[in-house]
Amino acid sequence: MDNKNFIAKRVAMMLNDGDVVNLGIGIPQLVANYIPDGMTVTIHAENGIIGAGGHAPEGLGTDNIVDAGGVCITTVPGAQFVTSTDSFGAIRGGHISATILGAMQVDEHGNLANWCIPGKRMGGIGGAMDLVSGAKLVIVAMEHTAKGNPKILRECTFPLTGRKVVDVIVTEMGVMTVTDKGLVLSEIAPGYTVEQVQAATEAELIIPHNIKVIDIE
Amino acid sequence: MNKITTAKEALAHIKDGDTVMVGGFLQCGSPEYLLSQFVGHPARNLTLVNNDMGVPTSSLGKVLEAGQVSDLICTYIAQNEAAQKMYKANPACLHINPQGTLTERIRCGGFGIAAFYTPTGVGTVIEEGKEVREFNGKLYVMEKALRGNVAIIRASVVDEFGNCYMKGSSKNYNAAMATACDYVIVEADELVPTGSIDPELVTVSGIYIDAIVPAPKEEK
Repeated sequence: MDNKNFIAKRVAMMLNDGDVVNLGIGIPQLVANYIPDGMTVTIHAENGIIGAGGHAPEGLGTDNIVDAGGVCITTVPGAQFVTSTDSFGAIRGGHISATILGAMQVDEHGNLANWCIPGKRMGGIGGAMDLVSGAKLVIVAMEHTAKGNPKILRECTFPLTGRKVVDVIVTEMGVMTVTDKGLVLSEIAPGYTVEQVQAATEAELIIPHNIKVIDIE
Repeated sequence: MNKITTAKEALAHIKDGDTVMVGGFLQCGSPEYLLSQFVGHPARNLTLVNNDMGVPTSSLGKVLEAGQVSDLICTYIAQNEAAQKMYKANPACLHINPQGTLTERIRCGGFGIAAFYTPTGVGTVIEEGKEVREFNGKLYVMEKALRGNVAIIRASVVDEFGNCYMKGSSKNYNAAMATACDYVIVEADELVPTGSIDPELVTVSGIYIDAIVPAPKEEK
């Protein structure tokens, strides 16, 4: 299993039956493939779908049903279409169980930066700021480093998406939980040592006794 | 009362310096026929309100290239090269809002609320220059309502009274923008006699709609 699917599968194990979840672009979208059998997890698409399905088969999609990336998708039984206003009301109002999103930088305080690299091409904020301030659980799912450089920092340097919003970070190297005392390396991926994970992380990790090894197929 | 008109007559309501709201989220629910007729419109110094400034095939990019627009109020511009150029030439033209903040500003603009407090953007550049206030131990940013002079929106089925049914996820901004502008133009994929839409299925009431422009049928 490659890094991206490994991360997605570990994140999927954090979800609970009945959750309403928003998935960002990239690795977070892969999480939908690993929802355990028998569990109902409702996917929320910020542009106005509660109960989003997978990509529509080639030629069968409609521009009236797209996800937040503009890709034609399907809906699941029980889905509902809503306005942008209602979609974001659901986000701010705390009706979304978890938001899973990528990061350019995340730090030991739980600060997240994922919308702007100063001086580079402007993307925009989209729904990210609302999601991190409104969702009950904020999960960052990303590769541990960018071109070998740490993304998990003592302090974010890019403009923030949210301050003290991240609950947990999942990478190919492990699971890090944001606590009042700092980042706890609560699980480590098979094949890595604690020293290797720390070397790839700028923030100082708190290492629990008997650290758990991630156990997925 | 006859709301059915042409794109040219409806768009003539746009004047220099106006704020124009354009519905849609990327290609979904984007009023492409009206936008194609908006390219080259004589009005200048327009402020455009749209989620993302459209996909590369949208006429929205051509509107920007034609120099009609001076300010962009939006959430995201990654897919629009014309918006990127405008931003590079003059970063101050771009007014990025968090998406939930933009939709709520429009909703409030249409529904008589002057401003609201939202948790979104606290501790980020979004709160700069705005009131930040604590309620029940949590911080909120004050955001002001947004209104426009003209709205350009799209609906799947429109009756002659203006009642709109918007399919699927095309409701997006189209629904709120209909309430938040002085003059509201809807592009109708399909125009039907009044009473043809089940009242249970009306997404946007016809009371908000001033002009209905039937979209030409696409050639198959």
